[in-house]
Amino acid sequence: MKLLTLAAPIIVVMLVAIAPAFAVDTDLTLSEQGIQRSADGGLLEALMFYVCAAVVLGSGLAICLSKNIVRMAVYLFGTLASVALMYFLLLANFIGVIQLIVYAGGTLILLIFGVMLTSKSPWAKFDVKRNELIAAGVVCALFACLLLFVVVNAEWPLETDAVVVGSSMTQFGVGLLTNYLVPFEAMSVLLLVVMIGAAYMARQE
Amino acid sequence: MFEIGLTHYLVVATLLFVMGIFVMITKRNAIGILIGVEMVLNGANINLVAFNRYNGMSNIDGQITSLFVIVLAAAEAALAVAICMNFYKNLNTVDVDHGDTLAG
Amino acid sequence: MTQFSVPWKQSPPIEHRGPARGIVALARFVYKVATPIVSRFPGPILIAAIVFSTLAVWAHWELFGWVETIAVSDLNGSANSIWGQSLTVAEIGAYLESKSVFAGGILKYLLWPLQMELFRDLVGLAAIFQLFNLIPVYAIWWERKVAGRIQSRMGPMRVGGWHGWAQSFADGVKLVAKEDLVPAQADGMLFRIAPYLAFVPSLLAFLCFPLGSYWVFRNVDVALIFIVAMVGVEVVGVIMAGWASNNKWSVYGAMREACQMVSYEIPMTTVLLVPIMTAGTLNMVQIGDMQSGGWFTWNAFHNPFTFIAFITYYIASLANCKRAPFDLPESESELVAGFHTEYSGFRWSLFFFAEYAAMFVVSGLAVTLFLGAWHTPLPATWAFEENSLFNVLLNGILFSSPFWFIFKCFIFIYIQLWIRWTLPRIRIDQVLYSCVQVMFPIACIALVGHAVWMVLLDGTMVSTVIRWVLGLMMAAVTFGFLSVAAFGYRNGRRMVGYLAVKQLPGS
Repeated sequence: MKLLTLAAPIIVVMLVAIAPAFAVDTDLTLSEQGIQRSADGGLLEALMFYVCAAVVLGSGLAICLSKNIVRMAVYLFGTLASVALMYFLLLANFIGVIQLIVYAGGTLILLIFGVMLTSKSPWAKFDVKRNELIAAGVVCALFACLLLFVVVNAEWPLETDAVVVGSSMTQFGVGLLTNYLVPFEAMSVLLLVVMIGAAYMARQE
Repeated sequence: MFEIGLTHYLVVATLLFVMGIFVMITKRNAIGILIGVEMVLNGANINLVAFNRYNGMSNIDGQITSLFVIVLAAAEAALAVAICMNFYKNLNTVDVDHGDTLAG
Repeated sequence: MTQFSVPWKQSPPIEHRGPARGIVALARFVYKVATPIVSRFPGPILIAAIVFSTLAVWAHWELFGWVETIAVSDLNGSANSIWGQSLTVAEIGAYLESKSVFAGGILKYLLWPLQMELFRDLVGLAAIFQLFNLIPVYAIWWERKVAGRIQSRMGPMRVGGWHGWAQSFADGVKLVAKEDLVPAQADGMLFRIAPYLAFVPSLLAFLCFPLGSYWVFRNVDVALIFIVAMVGVEVVGVIMAGWASNNKWSVYGAMREACQMVSYEIPMTTVLLVPIMTAGTLNMVQIGDMQSGGWFTWNAFHNPFTFIAFITYYIASLANCKRAPFDLPESESELVAGFHTEYSGFRWSLFFFAEYAAMFVVSGLAVTLFLGAWHTPLPATWAFEENSLFNVLLNGILFSSPFWFIFKCFIFIYIQLWIRWTLPRIRIDQVLYSCVQVMFPIACIALVGHAVWMVLLDGTMVSTVIRWVLGLMMAAVTFGFLSVAAFGYRNGRRMVGYLAVKQLPGS
């Protein structure tokens, strides 16, 4: 029995390892043009999508219900990682890895760091009034219904090809230095401003 | 059911977006609100990438926009954490309900 | 096992029941068979491993070539589903017979499942998982041996016979059998999942990690960023572990880890842009294959800036996988054991697997990006054309093989161990100072300098001369190290306890 309880996490780890392996699906000969895949990915893509969606929504719900801020950060990690998997499924490899390195590796750690520097105890509670909670729930539920109604019923203009070629790094490089040069430069200036601003605000008096 | 289309991704993105708003409204911890903001941005990002994917991938406008969103989110998180730390230094708590010293 | 008389009372061996009995019996049997063989022939076993890995690459490549040609030639263009083509065993057998392949009768049954992508993926995942397990096991054993030598003692000598080669397996059994403690005041859920959060990312890094041109599980176009991201994500588990332990030392360790990781990722990633700029791709396989023309075409010797970048990367990577002198998160003299103070047993060992695998991954990145990946110093263009078995073996040993990749990685792991056991740990303010005020400017200089070099000097005579000078310098340094090592091996003093170990029973 003890062996089983020890083996179970290993099996879970293997399953977790398998998941991105199938999401990051690419062919050796096609690495120049990015990923190529038939438009209907078949059963496996559907399965991967439902797993990702379940993790995104499950951990989102857990964030909503949790009262402990550090646990919320861990649930957020689940959300961010499975959103990255969704990007892999959507053939956006580069966005997927940027999501992992910037969000999961940078922003999340920053958040946890903020929690550590500003909390007095891990169980510090910030209670919300019950009627506030109910009001927020009702408003959000109505908003969700509205949005879902629109999303499901709208006619989206779709292009359906038999084979979809994923984006390549070359496309990104050329795009950032031609069509998107101005926002790209603006972004770099913004990052500089933010760096100076954050250092100024967080400095020791 | 087993053919994944644009609508599937949009539904997930919508639900994530709404959950983010719920978190922003109900959490009193400043960092918790920040977590809500990140969820909202992620929901929007799924939309951008999904629209890009299901419009033929002939260009990557949606992906580049979502790249900018990710960069902005990281910048925003850095500033927001700095603000939280200032808040904590001044008021000795991160409960946003206590930040009403200007309310008169 | 040899029972020898000792002055204290020995407890009788434990009687196991149920499936445990079978497992214990099997383990004992394997141990009894393996011990004398490994003790007697350590050298031949190493050579056999090299030969095997070289031939395995070749066989793997040929096999997949066959399967692909069968799939292409026999099928009239039906779509490639995840279950692959549906060839019958007889069709494969006929194809093998037309090629007059040795043992085609058996081979056709082995080849048949390989046409299913899912099966191939599962085999590949199993192989990755095994690699991921074996590397930490032997890195830990080696670390103990190196630490022992540096401190003039022998290190593990008993378990398994030859230099305690089975020590880590014995430790593994011990760790699995230990009680899984969760402190009463800890955040139980976080405390339990934190080791997995540290373990899984470093396992995932191996998914796109090429060991050779054809030995990569997923040849992704953004593999490099993926691996860097995985090394970075590992830190979330460490921080969670420190925080959830509810122990002030652990929290200190976690906070140090957080600020150290976040700051050292910046120079590390900046410096990684230098080889990316040289190669023009993020695909690890392509970057590796570009350096096949002998040691002076390796990226580190491209120009002085890439050389600086290489050194900077290596130092930053030490901090990134929390090795000494940057091992502040787990500094045992001040913080007990930092973030894993409260852990025991299996979960504790997960942290060690994650740490040693991360060491291998960052060394592998250094090797792939800067030092010629799986190529030897000889140019691969000299390789034999003809595909006989002997030529394949010789090509593998002389020019490129996964063995060379792992060998180079272990050299860098060795340098990490060496630094750990000789340099003192530095203070946290020194760590951050060296990152922000030393490493980051150097990284920026290397990046800008390399860009300017690529525009102005690349392909000119100056570039070639510099390349040769740098390469010869590195060769001289390597030769110097080797001669110092040989001198030390001949004239070094005897280990403390050398005679005692020789006389101990069971050794």
